[in-house]
Amino acid sequence: MAASTGKSFAGRFGVHIAVLIFVAIWTIPTLGILASSLRDKDQIIASGWWNSFASSSQTEAGRLPAASAQVEKDGKFVIQGNIFADGAARDISAFGVKSAAPTQYAAGTTADLGDGVTLQLNADGSFIMQSPKAFEGERGQRVYYASSAPPKFTTDNYDTVLFSEGIGRSFMNSLTVTIPSTVIPILIAAFAAYALAWMRFPGRALLIAVIIGLLVVPLQMSLIPLLKLYNGVGSFFGVPSKTYLGIWLAHTGFGLPFAIYLLRSYIAGLPREIMESARIDGASDFEIFVKIVLPLSFPVLASFAIFQFLWVWNDLLVAMVFLGTEGDQIVLTAKLNALLGSRGGDWEILTTSAFVTIIVPLIVFFSLQRYFVRGLLAGSVKGG
Amino acid sequence: MAAQIFSAIFVIIVGVGGCVAYFWGANKALDTIFPSRGVKGAAAIDNLRRQGLIRPWLFVGPAMIILTIYLIYPVVETLRLSFLDRGGANFVGLANYQWAFGDREFRNSILNNIVWLAVVPAACTFLGLIIAVLTDKIWWGTIAKSLIFLPLAISFVGASVIWKFIYEYRGEGQTQIGLLNAIIQYFGGQPQVWISLPFWNNFFLMVILIWIQTGFAMVILSSALRGIPEETLEAAVIDGANPFQIFWKIMVPQIWGTIAVVWTTITILVLKVFDIVLTMTNGQWNSQVLANLMFDWMFRGGGDFGRGATIAIIIMIAVIPIMVWNIRQANKETGGH
Repeated sequence: MAASTGKSFAGRFGVHIAVLIFVAIWTIPTLGILASSLRDKDQIIASGWWNSFASSSQTEAGRLPAASAQVEKDGKFVIQGNIFADGAARDISAFGVKSAAPTQYAAGTTADLGDGVTLQLNADGSFIMQSPKAFEGERGQRVYYASSAPPKFTTDNYDTVLFSEGIGRSFMNSLTVTIPSTVIPILIAAFAAYALAWMRFPGRALLIAVIIGLLVVPLQMSLIPLLKLYNGVGSFFGVPSKTYLGIWLAHTGFGLPFAIYLLRSYIAGLPREIMESARIDGASDFEIFVKIVLPLSFPVLASFAIFQFLWVWNDLLVAMVFLGTEGDQIVLTAKLNALLGSRGGDWEILTTSAFVTIIVPLIVFFSLQRYFVRGLLAGSVKGG
Repeated sequence: MAAQIFSAIFVIIVGVGGCVAYFWGANKALDTIFPSRGVKGAAAIDNLRRQGLIRPWLFVGPAMIILTIYLIYPVVETLRLSFLDRGGANFVGLANYQWAFGDREFRNSILNNIVWLAVVPAACTFLGLIIAVLTDKIWWGTIAKSLIFLPLAISFVGASVIWKFIYEYRGEGQTQIGLLNAIIQYFGGQPQVWISLPFWNNFFLMVILIWIQTGFAMVILSSALRGIPEETLEAAVIDGANPFQIFWKIMVPQIWGTIAVVWTTITILVLKVFDIVLTMTNGQWNSQVLANLMFDWMFRGGGDFGRGATIAIIIMIAVIPIMVWNIRQANKETGGH
C-alpha cells in the first residue's frame, strides 16, 4: 500500500505533517491539565499553561506595615522591610500607590507621595518609606507592583486534592466499586457463554437473540425501576439502599450482555475436536469448562476485564444513581463532577483531580492495549 | 482507609468465592443426585440424560436471573411507569407523552439530539478513516495511533474538565488561560464564552465526544483496511488510479460493512450521552439532551418517575431499529450453527 500513494516527496511529507497535526490535537488537551496540575496555583491563573516554562508577570497589590512599625532616625520617621514576607524570589519591575497607575514608578526609584513622604521600592521587594512627620493610622500604605516570577513547579496541588479535598478517599471508593464489578460478571458470563456455545438445550437460540437485543438497551431504561426496587428493598429490610453490593450487582447486570456475547463468540470458535476427545475420555461439562475452556479463553477474558474495568471506573451515571453524589461512598467521577460545581474556577484543584481520575485508566490502557484492541475488534465488528 | 481496604478485599473474596462455590456445588449436587459413574446400564444412561437436561440451566441460571432483574424487568416496568403519574400510583394514559411534546425543554433536547446524531458519528467515522489510512503509510504510525486512541480510556467527566480548561474564558484584553481563547486573542479576535453561546455550544460539547471516540473508529477501520486484499490495490495502481480514487472507489466500498458497524455503535453512544452535558453545562444555554433531561426529571423536585420513564422510552424507541438489525445479522451468522 505504501507504494500506491504518496510516491512524491511532497506527498509523503504531507502525510507526516497531517498525522503530526492530528496527534497534536489529540494530545495537547491532556498535556494541558498535566502541566497545570504541576504548576504553582498563582501562576496557573497568571499565564497560560503553554507558558509554563517562561517567567510569568503579574500585577499585584500589597500593604506596607502600619504606623506601629516606624522608627525615628535622624529626625525622620522611617518604615522599612521587604514586601515579600515569604522571601519568594521575584523580580519587581515597577510600582505605584494608586490602583489607576499601578506601575507609575520604575523599581529602585524614589516616589514622592506628597507632604514630604517618599517611598522607594527595589526590585528585590525591599522598601523604605520616610516622612518628616510621624505616620498615623492602623493601616499601612497600599502599594501596587508588577512582578515577574520564575516558573515554579510543585506537587502541592496533589497533596491538597488527595488529602484535603477528599480525592484520595474517592480513589479508594472507585477501586472498591470497580474490582468486584469487574470480577463477578466474568465468572457468571463465562459459564453462561460456555452453555450457549457448546451445550444443547431448548430455548438456546432464543436466549442468544435476547442477549444480542439487550446489548443495545440504553442504561436509562433500567434506572428508574431499579432505583425504586433498591429503595423498596432498603426500606423493607431496614438497610441503606445505596450500598457497594447494590452497585456491584448493577454493574454486573449492565455488563453481562456484552460479556456473554463476547465470550460466547470466542468460546464457540474453539476447536470442536478438543471438546469431543475430552468427552470421550469421560470428562463432564464442568471439567471441560474448568480445565480446557477457561485456560484457552484467557485472551478474551482479559479483553473483557479491561473493558469492564474502564467502563466501571469511568462511569458517572450508575454511580450517581446507586451510590449517591455525596457522603463517604462518592467515587472519583462523581467527586470530580461535584468539584466542578463547588470549585469552578480553581483550576489547580480541577486539573489535578482530573489527572488523578484518569491516571489509572491510562496505565491500564497502555500496559494492556493489545488485549483492549482485540476485545474492541471482536466485540464490535460483528455486533453492536 | 485501611478498614475500607480490608472490607473491600473481604467482600471481593466472599463475592467471587460465592460464585465459585455456587457453580462447583451445583455441579457436585447434580452428579450426586443423578450419578452416572459407578452405576450400571440403563440407570447410568438415564442419569446422564437427566444431567444433560439440567446442567445447562445451572450454567446459564445466574446470568438469566441477573439479566431478568437488571434489564428485562426494568424495560417492562419503565414502559408501564411512562403511563403513570409522578409517584407511579395513578394511570394517566398518554399525558406524559403529551407533556413531553409540548415541553420547550424536551423539544430543545430532541433537536439537540438530532444535531448530535447527525454530527458525531459522521465526524468520528470520517476522521477515524482518514487517520487510519494516513497512519498506515508512515513508520511511526503505531505510536501516532496509540496517542489518538488514548482519550478512549479517559472518562467523560475527566474529558469535560480537560476541555472546559481549553474553553476557559477571561475578559477581553486579559491574559487568557484557556487555549482556544488565547489563540483567538493572539490573532486579534474576540474571546468568547464558548459553552454559553446558544446553539453553537452544542458543537463545543460534541468536540469532546468526537475527541474520545475517533480512536475507536480508527482502530476498527484500520483493521478492516488491512483486510483488503493487496492484489485489489495493486491492480488499481497498475490501472493508473490516483490516491483519492483508490480511497473512495476501492477502500471505502470494501469496508462498507465495518463503517456501518462503527456508525451504529457511536450512534447508540450518542443517544445515551449524559456525562458531558451534565458536567459542561447541565443543559443550560439550550444545550440539553434527552439522557440528561431524563436524569434531571428522576430527581427534580423529589423525582417525577412518569416523565423520566417517558423520556427513557423515547431514547429506547430510537435504538430499536439498530437492535432489530443487530439480531438479524447475528441470526444470519449463526443460522447454520
